Amino acid sequence: MRSQNEFSYGGDATVKRPELNKDISDQEWNDFVYNRKSLRGKHWELWQHLSGCRQWIKVERDTATHEIFNTLKANEDISQ
Amino acid sequence: MQKYSIFNLVKNALSNHENWDLAWKDPTPKKEYDVVIIGGGGHGLATAYYLAKEHNITNVAIIEKGWIGGGNVGRNTTIIRSNYMYDDNALFSEFGMDLWRSMSQDLNYNVMFSPRGIINLAHSDAQMNIYARRGNSMRLNGIDAVLLNREQVKEIIPMADFSENVRFPIFGGLMQPSAGTARHDAVAWGYARQADSMGVDIIQNCEVVGFDVSNGKIKGVRTSRGDISAKKIGLCVAGSTNILAEKLNMTLPIETHLLQACVSEPVKPVLDRVVTFGAGHFYISQSDKGEMVMGGDLDGYNSYAQRGNLPTLQHVLTEGIAMMPFLSKLKMLRTWGGIMDMSMDGSPIIDKTHIEGLYLNCGWCYGGFKATPASGWTFAHTIAQDRVHKLNSGYSLNRFNTGHLLDEKGLGTRTWIS
Repeated sequence: MRSQNEFSYGGDATVKRPELNKDISDQEWNDFVYNRKSLRGKHWELWQHLSGCRQWIKVERDTATHEIFNTLKANEDISQ
Repeated sequence: MQKYSIFNLVKNALSNHENWDLAWKDPTPKKEYDVVIIGGGGHGLATAYYLAKEHNITNVAIIEKGWIGGGNVGRNTTIIRSNYMYDDNALFSEFGMDLWRSMSQDLNYNVMFSPRGIINLAHSDAQMNIYARRGNSMRLNGIDAVLLNREQVKEIIPMADFSENVRFPIFGGLMQPSAGTARHDAVAWGYARQADSMGVDIIQNCEVVGFDVSNGKIKGVRTSRGDISAKKIGLCVAGSTNILAEKLNMTLPIETHLLQACVSEPVKPVLDRVVTFGAGHFYISQSDKGEMVMGGDLDGYNSYAQRGNLPTLQHVLTEGIAMMPFLSKLKMLRTWGGIMDMSMDGSPIIDKTHIEGLYLNCGWCYGGFKATPASGWTFAHTIAQDRVHKLNSGYSLNRFNTGHLLDEKGLGTRTWIS
């Protein structure tokens, strides 16, 4: 168990940057840069263990209860 | 409606205050309204009031999941100010300052508006330069601003730490003398009482479960107390905006985050201004009851919890003690949290949407309370006239597509970063 103080938040982990070398619409950029679901309940998000091993991880957390259901390495895909 | 006055107070005192009228009714929802406002907070109640007062639209319902005034209007630190640099923010907020000054008379309800002035402290030469620039921008927009040097600040708030050998010495500050505080609950209750008296139905304990939209046009709203048809619907639900947006298949440039505030035990009058720490995020004022009212950073991750965690509170109060060391002697009386609709540039959205008859009021970040009257006034105009007013033209939803952001703090999209 690590203290919350050691971690830094990195935002929604489900957002994907549009692919390179493709025609990308303004709407696609908009969805990547600005638009977020940010719902109540389960939420996949990025955290960095800033005051520790400095690794980025993906965490599935409940935004109302803060219960943590799942964690993944940053390069692992979210299966749901 | 029964007027609140000294005569009525005396008259009702004679009957032990048992015969006062109810401040607002508890109606059963009708089948149809001209306008339905979702969210019985400050902004929703103000919108309904100005719809009735300015646009003569009184067939209006406010529907509220809980009780009116139970969200952020009852949870904020009551600061009212218009010390913005960008024209869109400055002119909108200053319009609101005029509404604040006349609000108690206008609503026949004492909102205890106290224009005691706000001081933003500066802790470096660079920060003094930035505040000089911001103060000049404010004055160009007709807003009062005074740049104070270290001695002038010391005269006003001698209890702050003016030692030389501290990490963040006080160099001076920017003051807006006309800024201040108000009794937040009274704002909600005052708007509710007047709106009700003009025919608005205030419907509490009524949760929105869905919307009726056909051919790109809003038809009504489905609630826990039955379906309600409406020609126009306005969303004023702050931290719950994304929950309703999902029911409308909309994704918005909004994230919901948690902000905490706290009050100390009441002490004798010591601080007669609002003061903000310039080297972090901490603000403080003293309530009429004597409590020190304090707040600061967001908890920093998406949250609907309406209660905070200790690390952020500890961080914020560390800043407070650095600024005013006497705070360390006080006991904490109460802490609480509210959920903020953090927009991606730190500025709000008051606009029409791609759905005809659906209007959006959100993205207030942690500055919603001071905006209550101006937000209600401009949102009522936008709904009634089906077009935005000049005052809220900068608060368009489309600005995220076109790049006309109102990034007052220069933080980029991660407005929750501390």
